[in-house]
Amino acid sequence: MATSTYTRDPAPVRWGLRFVTISYVVLLVAWPTALVFKNALADGVGAMFDSFKDPEISHALFLTGYITFFAVLINLVFGLTISILLVRYDFPGKRLLSALLDVPLSVSPVVVGLALVLVYNGRDGWFGPRLESAGMQIIFSTPGMIMATVFVALPLMIREVVPVLEELGDDQEQAARSLGANGVQTLRRITLPAIKWAIVYGVVLSLARSLGEFGAVKIVSGNIAGQSQTATLSVEETYQNFEQGTSYALAALLAFIAMACLVIVAILRPKEES
Amino acid sequence: MASVDIATAPDAARTRRPRTRRSLTGGSGLALGVTMIWFSLLVLIPLTAVLISAAGLGLGGFWEVVTQPQTAAALRLTVVESLMVTALNVVMGTALAWVLVRDRFWGKSLVDIVIDVPFALPTIVAGLVLLSLYGPSSPLGVNVANTRIAVFLALAFVTLPFVVRTVQPVLESLELDVEEAAASLGAGRFAAFRRVILPSLIPAIAAGAALSFARGISEYGSLVLLSGNLPAQTEVASVRVLTFIENGNREAASAVAAIMLLVALLVILVLDVIQRRLARRGD
Amino acid sequence: MSINITGVNKKFGDFVALDNISVDLPTGQLTALLGPSGGGKSTLLRIIAGLEDADSGTLTIEGNEAAHLPPQKRNVGFVFQHYAAFKHMTVAKNVAFGLEIRKRSKAETEKRVAELLELVHLSQFSHRLPAQLSGGQRQRMALARALAVEPTVLLLDEPFGALDAKVRKELREWLRRLHDEVHVTTVFVTHDQEEALEVADEIVVINEGRIEQIGTPDQLYDEPASEFVMSFLGPVTKLSGRLVRPHDIDVHTTPEDAQGKHGKIVRLLRVGFEVRLTVELQEADHPDVEVTVTRATQRHLNLEEGLRVWIAHTNGARPVVPIRIVSG
Repeated sequence: MATSTYTRDPAPVRWGLRFVTISYVVLLVAWPTALVFKNALADGVGAMFDSFKDPEISHALFLTGYITFFAVLINLVFGLTISILLVRYDFPGKRLLSALLDVPLSVSPVVVGLALVLVYNGRDGWFGPRLESAGMQIIFSTPGMIMATVFVALPLMIREVVPVLEELGDDQEQAARSLGANGVQTLRRITLPAIKWAIVYGVVLSLARSLGEFGAVKIVSGNIAGQSQTATLSVEETYQNFEQGTSYALAALLAFIAMACLVIVAILRPKEES
Repeated sequence: MASVDIATAPDAARTRRPRTRRSLTGGSGLALGVTMIWFSLLVLIPLTAVLISAAGLGLGGFWEVVTQPQTAAALRLTVVESLMVTALNVVMGTALAWVLVRDRFWGKSLVDIVIDVPFALPTIVAGLVLLSLYGPSSPLGVNVANTRIAVFLALAFVTLPFVVRTVQPVLESLELDVEEAAASLGAGRFAAFRRVILPSLIPAIAAGAALSFARGISEYGSLVLLSGNLPAQTEVASVRVLTFIENGNREAASAVAAIMLLVALLVILVLDVIQRRLARRGD
Repeated sequence: MSINITGVNKKFGDFVALDNISVDLPTGQLTALLGPSGGGKSTLLRIIAGLEDADSGTLTIEGNEAAHLPPQKRNVGFVFQHYAAFKHMTVAKNVAFGLEIRKRSKAETEKRVAELLELVHLSQFSHRLPAQLSGGQRQRMALARALAVEPTVLLLDEPFGALDAKVRKELREWLRRLHDEVHVTTVFVTHDQEEALEVADEIVVINEGRIEQIGTPDQLYDEPASEFVMSFLGPVTKLSGRLVRPHDIDVHTTPEDAQGKHGKIVRLLRVGFEVRLTVELQEADHPDVEVTVTRATQRHLNLEEGLRVWIAHTNGARPVVPIRIVSG
């Protein structure tokens, strides 16, 4: 928004606000984050990557990658489906569903973990025992961890795609239909290309969130080092075992990926809008 | 004064075409069915299980769990710290949004990105991040690890973006002519801010505050390393829940979790109400 | 007493918005600043209000040097094109705003608000929010709001630009009648010449940052000082090196007038009560001439496309402006 000469604040107010807000952000976020990188690289980049070679750590990294991949994929498919259903169709209970879809954002991760354990644990869960006798172990196993991760990142794709779909309007889709395209063709050729950037942002944000999940996964996984620990859980474990170096290294790696996701979105968004 | 007559005439028709929405057909009906089943299995049923498990304690049992000294202290601490952080965010968040929208200076887009870091960063990493500047090996010599201040700090960190991001779009879409009108009517800068700008920001600030509070109550990862989780001192509700789970006391865990869940649902309700009031005002 | 503007200049970067503008606007008069978009008229209005600062020049309002006063202190009422309604306040609160800022008593404020709402015929909407009003109603509210503090000058920036054609016409008349009652010095900006001609006591034509002409509607219409003013205020066509009005041209189907030019009707359009002809002249290098006649004339002379005619400027008809040969 351009500021006309009239609406610009007087200089002392401007400088005062700048000082207060920038110091706040620097002291709270920028400086501490920079320090983590500094501490991680204190012994050199080589040392950092060496710590990743530890079998437990490399397993954790692999597990994180595995879980994140599937979580993002599942949220992509279901998120897209729900978004299209919400915006282009009418059905009873739509408003309630839309509100409920935001729940995972405000719910505590420990509540998520507990909730999944109550339903899916093998001993006295609602569905757990039956699933386990059919050979599917959810709690204390990877599927449960994937579920927990899907849960917490669920709204992110939807919140990116829905506004774009609404803004778009269905004129183009109606035009395609009038020219003879069926539902799938319209989806593939018109709808999806139009929202491709929203999908990209949704994927990147879900990725960052999935990578970073801690509390829910801790409860659902049993938190066993070398077996069911993700990278975030390893950060805690190594710190508490006085392996600070490894802890910082892992933390820096995760922070780096998270911030890379931020930067990618920040760079892509203005380009897409112009 | 005699009145000047004029017939009331309708405005130009709104040019927005009504959004056509189709009703469900075979394919889309199936898609809805499948996604609803998935959503129920993943979200609805498990969350209901928490409420039911908590209800299983009965009113007496529930009260016992919640008033047990350590748990009560944790709940009190969680609520108080979240409220304080929310109050801080209301002020700082609005100030930040103001600077981002109204000011122009080199490095502004950097500030914009940094504000989103708490969103993207894994919470456990956030704890470590704060520890590096405010913990035992702090270059500033400031060590608040294992104190209440650490709790406040962690919550301030993770809730930073909320008020900023809800207020920013509203500030951006504020029309300048409204401020000029206030000036032409005699309002100085502060009066114009108080009477004209701030009222239009209040719903956005309230929405951000609700989100900030909900997040504060739910926070876990950043507190694990930073606060030390000292019972009755720096232990928050989410840590109590985890302890209960680890000790096999799922009912007690559900009791505390149910409180947190209900707060989250309340927040969503508040946000919906705000949205509808905004629509009535023509925003 | 009045508004006196002398030597006002304003640049936005390299763009010259106002170039050495000097004009006096008498007290109690309804003046229109007329001109094409981007010509500088809104800038001039905003400078009078204090919402923009001139780069140089003087401005006095009712004898007081105003150029250094902030808008709050100038006691000018301003009405914006898009209403600038305070969305979170009711209509009554909107109108009361200026009075509340000046800390008037509650009783006094209520009385004045009621008066004004009565004046603009919005009394029954006093407790509604602006979003619940139509555009025309919102603009009337904006006017009431501006008048509430009894301003020295009332300024309106394209006040009817965002409204339907029909509402625009109605509010135009209404503004005129309001001014006749209230007699506040009023200046309004418009790019619609019909609006200016209908409503204003005096018109200032501004183009490309400069004043082209100042005068009453009749003066401007009958005695335009330049090609620009003449073409801006009404339809024009070129005939024999002069700019004339299409309805000031006589059409003959026989070579009666020795000075009449010979040509052929290449287009005939019936628009409402007018019939518009495009006549291609036999004379080489003369642009096609637009001629407007009444339907009666068309029927009487059996005018139709392809017909050969002789056209001449009606004797004594005004205005006529010689065309300057512009080089380059």
